[in-house]
Amino acid sequence: MDLNLSDEQKLLRESAERFVAESYDADHRRKMTNDPLGFSPHVWEQFAELGWLALPIPEEFGGLSGGPIEIGILMEAFGRGLVCEPYVATVVLGAALIERCGSTAQKQASLPKIADGSMKLAFAHSERAARFDLAKIVTSATKSANGWRLTGSKIAVLDGHAADEIIVSAHLHDHHGPSGRIGLFLVPATASGLAISDYPRLGGGRACNIELSDLHLSEDALLGDGNDALPAIEWAVDRAMAALGAEAVGIMQTLLDTTLEYTKIRKQFGRPLSANQVIRHRLADMAIQLDEARSMALRAALKADSAPVERARAASAAKAKIGRCARFVGEQSIQLHGGMGVTEELEVGAYFKRLVAFDTLFGGTAHHYSRHAELGRSTASA
Amino acid sequence: MDLSFNTEERAFQSEVRSFIAKNLTGEMKRATALTPSVFSDPDIGMAWQRALHGRGWGAPGWPVEYGGPDWTPAQRWIFESECARAGVPNVNVMGVKMVGPVIIGFGSPEQKNFYLPRILSGEDYWCQGYSEPGSGSDLSSLKTRAVRDGDDYIVNGTKIWTTHAHHANRMFALVRTSDGPRQQDGISFILIDMKTPGITTRPILTIGGDHEVNQVFFDDVRVPVANRVGDEGKGWTYGKYLLEFERGSGIASAKLREGLRAITELAESDLTGRAIDSPDIATRISEVEIDIDALEMTELRVLSALQTGQNPGAVSSILKLRNSEIRQAVTRLGVDVIGHDALAVEPMRPLYKLNHEPALPEEMLTLVPEYLNGRAYTIFGGTSEIQRDIIAKMMLGI
Repeated sequence: MDLNLSDEQKLLRESAERFVAESYDADHRRKMTNDPLGFSPHVWEQFAELGWLALPIPEEFGGLSGGPIEIGILMEAFGRGLVCEPYVATVVLGAALIERCGSTAQKQASLPKIADGSMKLAFAHSERAARFDLAKIVTSATKSANGWRLTGSKIAVLDGHAADEIIVSAHLHDHHGPSGRIGLFLVPATASGLAISDYPRLGGGRACNIELSDLHLSEDALLGDGNDALPAIEWAVDRAMAALGAEAVGIMQTLLDTTLEYTKIRKQFGRPLSANQVIRHRLADMAIQLDEARSMALRAALKADSAPVERARAASAAKAKIGRCARFVGEQSIQLHGGMGVTEELEVGAYFKRLVAFDTLFGGTAHHYSRHAELGRSTASA
Repeated sequence: MDLSFNTEERAFQSEVRSFIAKNLTGEMKRATALTPSVFSDPDIGMAWQRALHGRGWGAPGWPVEYGGPDWTPAQRWIFESECARAGVPNVNVMGVKMVGPVIIGFGSPEQKNFYLPRILSGEDYWCQGYSEPGSGSDLSSLKTRAVRDGDDYIVNGTKIWTTHAHHANRMFALVRTSDGPRQQDGISFILIDMKTPGITTRPILTIGGDHEVNQVFFDDVRVPVANRVGDEGKGWTYGKYLLEFERGSGIASAKLREGLRAITELAESDLTGRAIDSPDIATRISEVEIDIDALEMTELRVLSALQTGQNPGAVSSILKLRNSEIRQAVTRLGVDVIGHDALAVEPMRPLYKLNHEPALPEEMLTLVPEYLNGRAYTIFGGTSEIQRDIIAKMMLGI
């Protein structure tokens, strides 16, 4: 039992925090909000140079064989500065799905390029009718003479507009009809029959909706051998939730620091706001909830490779709890900044919006409390 | 990073398990499960303390030279967790966990030689004389006065919320020996024999129907000056030192988990008409379980820091605060799970020695009293409001 950071992990944290503090300021963030790409290709190159894109990729494919803890360290630092590069889409989701589902040839073709920064990915899975149910998609992939034909609509695809290839999930249909299996397809962004409409994402970065209209793909576009990819999707999304939870912790830390500073400086009735017990206790509650969130993000990362039910319960526990803490810390940060907190003139709002986006992404607090409860019941009866 | 325990720690875990299996009698276990107050009565609690002492585990937090077992923080965590899981008696902490560390830290050699072995063996049973009717959260405003008269102090005043004063043969108390410029000055830490003439004890019944706390009156009570721990007037420092111990050895999550497990079992049983089938109850069980997960993880983070010699600091206030709040959430859930059965009151105590058939199944008997008595968790040992003050001051620097 040891939850202390190793020396390498401490170095990673220091370098990530330093990089974010130096490269990310309010001007940069404002520029990115209005940028059609939504992030800086130059920063992405620096990520590659720093080895962060290679972090979780196995060494044999040009990576550093890091794990969820290292990803969490990085993501927390990203949260401190509201980093908007497509790290989750490309590395946390994309690379993980290829590593888990892809054939050796597919891994060889993609993973080294992700590691060196020359390939960006996105994961198109969510659908409007499915809400947060990962199993309930209707996009179909029908076997054709020389490959696959995909039809369907995807929503809330993170950074899909910037991806070189998009991993699309679809129900596999063979000659006999639906197979009951979900497959993952590597779709080049330039494929015909793929229509991407992107939009600025709440809290920074971009996302898109995707239409797949009779999109033709070759046989080898299917990742792996056609086994049901749902367990892999659940695994990858649980990992992404752990990573995003760590990012939310970083965001909350910045909000708490900023709010604390403000309440010390801002004077009303002849004394600083922080001299009022009602304010002090609110800040104490924010610190407590931040600490709880930190514990839950770490826990989800530590259990990211546990057996499926244990992993999924830890991920949902973290998502629900951190979501609830994030809303509290975010909303109270605005409240304690008073009217200025509601304006775009301070950055409190930008950080808050990223927390709201976090809470919504892959299912909100209510969804994950229910998922946790259902998973608990199925283990009890098993 | 690694959440799992190493080979030696796992070996220790099985050692603890077999110790418990051998020493925890069915009677102790049942009595503990049927005790809706914080601590087991001495007949149950001290029986367990004697068993622990027999194994050399009577005082896990003490240095080896005074009889501590020299455990690592991880071993202490394993020990506490296994005890909680097994449902061992809740030994009154006033001796081993409260006055013991103060005597070790500040007592004279004579005091150490006399008192420490008697705490370990359970021969002495301690109560705490801190709060007074006029001094709750503002503890250092206390007025109980000890006036020097030769080799004695003469003590006059009253203490309140004195847990198990009706069982204890000794009390450690904060008393005013002089008036300093600050109200924290002039307080001394003394040890009082409860059989001394002039001491009277009045029971206070809590809303759950239990007699656990008391008010104690001192009327010209003679206490030898030799019974003062440390310097005269420095008692506040020693008392605060003790409060840090009271706020938790930082190992509470296992007990909370055990409480939630029992309630979940009830919710899954026909006794409650399968309360768990209501999505509201199922989700609330998850909410509480997740809060326990977070607390456990914070405890383990603190433990890891302790293992490498780091000081966890004001996080002990977070642990105290969250433990007490989650405990209340568990008891609240318990009341809701049993539905209409929450209406039945069983006034007799102890619940494990009833001489009539109670109106409720045994596993439901403690739930309402636990909920009612449990309101005290966020009040004793420094209220939640005081903890928030400490967090604001110590962690946030405001």
